[in-house]
Amino acid sequence: MRFTLNVRRYDPEAESPAPYWREYTVDVPENATVLDCLIYVREYVDGTLAVRCSCRSAICGSCMMRVNGQARLACATKAKDMQEAGEAITVEPGGNMPVLKDLIVDMDVFWNKIRQVKPWLEPVQPAPEREYLVPNETILDLTVAMNCVMCGACVSDCTSLEVDKNFIGPAALAKAYRFVDDPRDEARQERLEELSDYGGVYDCTHCFFCVEVCPKDVAPLERIVEIRERAQSAGVENNAGTRHAKAFEGIIRDSGILDEPMLLLKSIGMNPVEQMKNVPGGVRLLRAGKLPLASGPFHHKIPGHGNVKRLFEKVEATQEA
Amino acid sequence: MLEHDVLVVGAGLAGMQAALHAARQGVSVAILTKVHPVRSHSNAAQGGINAAMEEDDPWEDHAYDTVKGSDYLGDQDAIEVLCSEAPETIIELEHMGVIFNRGSRGQIDLRAFGGQARKRTCYVADITGQVMLHVIYEQLMKAGTQVYEEWFVTSLVRQNDAVCGVIAMDLRSGELHLIKAKAVILCTGGSGRVYEPSSNALICTGDGYAQAYRVGAPLMDMEMVQYHPTTLPGNGALMTEGARGEGAYLINANGERFMERYAPNMMELASRDVVSRAEQTEINEGRDINGCVLLDVRHLDRNTILQKLSQIRELGLEYEGVDIIEEPCPVRPGMHYMMGGIKTDIEGATFVKGLYSAGEAACVSVHGGNRLGANSLLDTLVYGKRAGTSAVLYADGIPFADVPESRLQEDREHIKGILARNGENGERAAALRLAMGQTMHQHVGVFRDQAGLEEAQSIIAALKERYRNVSVDDKGKVFNTDLLFALEVGLMLDVAEAIVASALFRAESRGAHYRTDFPDRNDDDWLKHTLVFSGDSGPRLETLPVTITQWQPARRTY
Ligand SMILES: Cc1cc2nc3c(=O)[nH]c(=O)nc-3n(C[C@H](O)[C@H](O)[C@H](O)COP(=O)(O)OP(=O)(O)OC[C@H]3O[C@@H](n4cnc5c(N)ncnc54)[C@H](O)[C@@H]3O)c2cc1C
Ligand code: SF4
Ligand code: SF4
Ligand code: FES
Repeated sequence: MRFTLNVRRYDPEAESPAPYWREYTVDVPENATVLDCLIYVREYVDGTLAVRCSCRSAICGSCMMRVNGQARLACATKAKDMQEAGEAITVEPGGNMPVLKDLIVDMDVFWNKIRQVKPWLEPVQPAPEREYLVPNETILDLTVAMNCVMCGACVSDCTSLEVDKNFIGPAALAKAYRFVDDPRDEARQERLEELSDYGGVYDCTHCFFCVEVCPKDVAPLERIVEIRERAQSAGVENNAGTRHAKAFEGIIRDSGILDEPMLLLKSIGMNPVEQMKNVPGGVRLLRAGKLPLASGPFHHKIPGHGNVKRLFEKVEATQEA
Repeated sequence: MLEHDVLVVGAGLAGMQAALHAARQGVSVAILTKVHPVRSHSNAAQGGINAAMEEDDPWEDHAYDTVKGSDYLGDQDAIEVLCSEAPETIIELEHMGVIFNRGSRGQIDLRAFGGQARKRTCYVADITGQVMLHVIYEQLMKAGTQVYEEWFVTSLVRQNDAVCGVIAMDLRSGELHLIKAKAVILCTGGSGRVYEPSSNALICTGDGYAQAYRVGAPLMDMEMVQYHPTTLPGNGALMTEGARGEGAYLINANGERFMERYAPNMMELASRDVVSRAEQTEINEGRDINGCVLLDVRHLDRNTILQKLSQIRELGLEYEGVDIIEEPCPVRPGMHYMMGGIKTDIEGATFVKGLYSAGEAACVSVHGGNRLGANSLLDTLVYGKRAGTSAVLYADGIPFADVPESRLQEDREHIKGILARNGENGERAAALRLAMGQTMHQHVGVFRDQAGLEEAQSIIAALKERYRNVSVDDKGKVFNTDLLFALEVGLMLDVAEAIVASALFRAESRGAHYRTDFPDRNDDDWLKHTLVFSGDSGPRLETLPVTITQWQPARRTY
C-alpha cells in the first residue's frame, strides 16, 4: 500500500539550520506502522533521515514523535489509521524538548525531571531475609505505573509544561506514584511533601492530554490525583496546592460558584508577604475583567445553591460506601 | 583523556548489573551504551525469570531441567552456579524494587514455563524484563554511575596480549574517542538482526561478538540459534511462552493439538527446540495456515488473559488484528536468541586478558544447545554480577596501557572511507543486511544441511565482498544513524560468518542445531563445544570438552 508522509526535518549542521518539511512516498504492506514507513525511507529512499527506534513493539519507548499533531509511538501507530483521504501523514519531533536532529529530541530534559523525584526505592529497614510480603492487589496497582516506557509522549504534549518549565511533569509524577504507592518504601511522607511543593502535583492543569497520548495506559493525571489524595490524607497540607484545593472545595460548597479573589486569598494562606507577591497578578486579572468586582469583591450564593450542597453530600456518601 | 578502571559496554540487564557490582568495590566504573539504558533489549522479556524459590524445590532440580534443556551441551559447573545463585538474585532484585506478582500470602508468585518439571518462573505480568530493566536503572541513577549514553563502540583496543580500552563514537557529536580501561566487560546482547525475521529489536546487531572475535577472543557454540515457537508472522514479534504456561494450545490447520505427536507428556511446554521443530514439520507437511500454526487461548479465563497476558493481547491486536480472547492467533517459529557467544569462564573472563563478558553476548555456557525460557534474564544477572566483580579484581593494581594515537586514527580512516564513498556506485547497507538475514533464515534456521550451509557460506562471503563498497547518504556528524547502521552491518556479517562456519562444523543434531543430513545426537564425537576463532583465511574451528558434574547424558524426551 502507498502512503505519503510529510516529515519535519532539521539538520543542525546545515549552513543556517532551520526546520523544513519534506514529503516521502513509500510502498509498504497494508498493516505497516508509521515507524515501518520511516525505516523504509531511511533504508531505501533517504538515509539522512534520523529517527530513534529499536524494539518495534511499543516497549522500548524510543520512537515517540508527533504524528498528525499528537505525540505517539510511531511503532504502535498504523499508517493506515493516520492516512486521511488526499492528505499526507504529518510526522514531527515530540514537543517540550529541544530538537537535536530531525525526529530526535533531547531527552535530557525528560530524564532530569525523572531524577528530581528520587526515582528509586528507599526500602523499609530492616530488610527481611526473603522478599517483602506484599498483597497482589498492590502489585497490580503498581503495575499500571510500571507500565511506563519513558517515551515522553505525555511530556511532549503536556500543556502545563508548555508554560511552566519547572513543572515536574506527568511522567515523573507517575514514576513518583510508583514509590508512594509501594508499601516497601520508607520515604513516603517525605516524597508526599516534596511532590506537593512548587512544581509538583498541584501544578497540573487537568488538561487530560497525558491520559490521551500515553501509549501504555499509565494515565499520569490519575496517578497525580492519587498522589494528592494520599498527601492530603497523610496530613501534607502546608502548601499552596492543598490550600487551593481545599479552598476550592469549600467555596463551591458554601456559595455554589467559584470566587477567585477568595480562592487566591485562601490558597496563599494568611501570609502578608505571599499575599503581596500576588498583587501584580491580581491587578492583571482585574484589568482583563477576570475578577468580577462589579458584583462586589466577593460572591454571594447562587440561586439553587442547595442543590450544590446536596451534590457534595451525595458524592461524600458514595465515597464512604 | 577518558579512562576508567572498568568500562562496561552495554546497559541491558547484564551490563547494568556488572556496573553496579563493580562500582560497589570502589573503583572507577563507567557504562557505555549505544541507546539509553532503558531502551536496551532486555525490555522485551515478557515471560519471567527462573529460580527455585520454594522450599520443596531444590535448585538441583532447576539445574537438571536446564542441563536436559541444553541437550547436555551446557557446562554443568556453570549451570550449578546459575541455579544455586538464582533465589538470592531474585531476592536482591525484589529488595531493589522489582514488584513481582504475588501469591496468596504476599510471596513471589510462580508461573509455568517450557521445559521445566514444575512452576519456577517469577514474573511481573508480561512485562518482566521491562520492570527489571527500569528498576536496575533506578539503582544506577542512585549510585550515580557515569553513563556514556548514546555512544557506540566501533572497536576494542588490544595492546600486546590484553584488551585495554575501546574506540567509541559519541553519536550526538559524531566524534570518535579513545576510552582507556584496565578491564572491558562486553554486555552487548544478542544478534537477532543477523536473521530476517527475528523477535529481536533493531539494535540487536551482535556488535560485541564481532568485536571480541576480531581481537582474538573465540566464540563458542555459535551454531546454537534459538527459534522461538510463537512469533508473529508479520514482524517477528514474540508471543510469550507465558501464554503456554498459562495453558494456551498450539493447533494446526486440522484443529489438532499436534504436540501430542511430538511431546506427549509436556505437550506445548516441551523445550523450545522441540516445539519449534514440531511446528516447522507441521508447516512443511502442509498442515499450516499460511505458513503458520495457531496459538489458542480462547479456553482461558478472560481475566487471566487481561491481567497476565495483556501485552501479547495488545501485540495480537496491533500487529495481526486478532483479539486472542476471541480468536486464535497465527504464529510460527522465529529467530529469537543466541545460545552461543563470547566464550567465558564462570568468572566472566574471556580468552583474552582484560576482556570480560556477560549476558546474551557471552557463552559460559549455561544454555548449551537450547536455552530454557526465563533462564536468560537469570543468566544476565548472575553472570553480570560475577563479571563485574572479577573485572575489578583484575583491574586492581595494574596500570593503564599506553595506546598510540594511531589506534584512534585507524577507526577514523575506516569511517572516512565509508563517508567518502559515492552513493551511486556504493552498496546500501540495508540491502546487504536483508540478503544476509534471509539467507540465514533459509539455510541456518530450524532445519539445516550441508548443501544449504555451504550455499549460505558462499552468499555471506559475497556479501562481505560487496560490503567493502558500502556507502551512506548521510555525510554529517550529528546522529548519523545511516553511518551507524552501516557499521553495524559490517559487524553482523562477521557474526553470520561465524554462525555458518560453526553450523557446518557440527556434524550431528543437538538442541537447536538440527542437521537433516545428521539427524541424530552423537555423543561419541560431538559431546563438545565448538570454538570459532577469527583466522587470516576465515574462521578457524576448534573444540572444547563439556564439563559434566552430576548429570550424565541421557536420551531427551518430553
Ligand atoms: C521478545 C523477547 C522476549 C524475551 N523473553 C525472555 C523471558 O521472558 N525471560 C528470559 O529470561 N529471557 C527472555 N528473553 C531473552 C532476554 O531478554 C535477553 O537475552 C536478555 O535480556 C539480554 O540481556 P543483555 O543484558 O545481555 O543484553 P541487552 O539487554 O540486549 O543489552 C545490550 C546492550 O548493549 C548495548 N550495545 C550493543 N552494542 C553496542 C555497541 N557497539 N556500543 C555500545 N553499546 C552497545 C546496547 O545499547 C544495550 O544497552 C527474551 C528476548 C526477546 C527478544
Ligand atoms: S493533565 Fe496535567 S500532567 Fe497531564 S498533560 Fe495536562 S497538565 Fe500535564
Ligand atoms: S506515562 Fe505514558 S506517555 Fe508518559 S512517558 Fe510513560 S509511557 Fe510515555
Ligand atoms: S521502537 Fe520501541 S517503542 Fe517504538
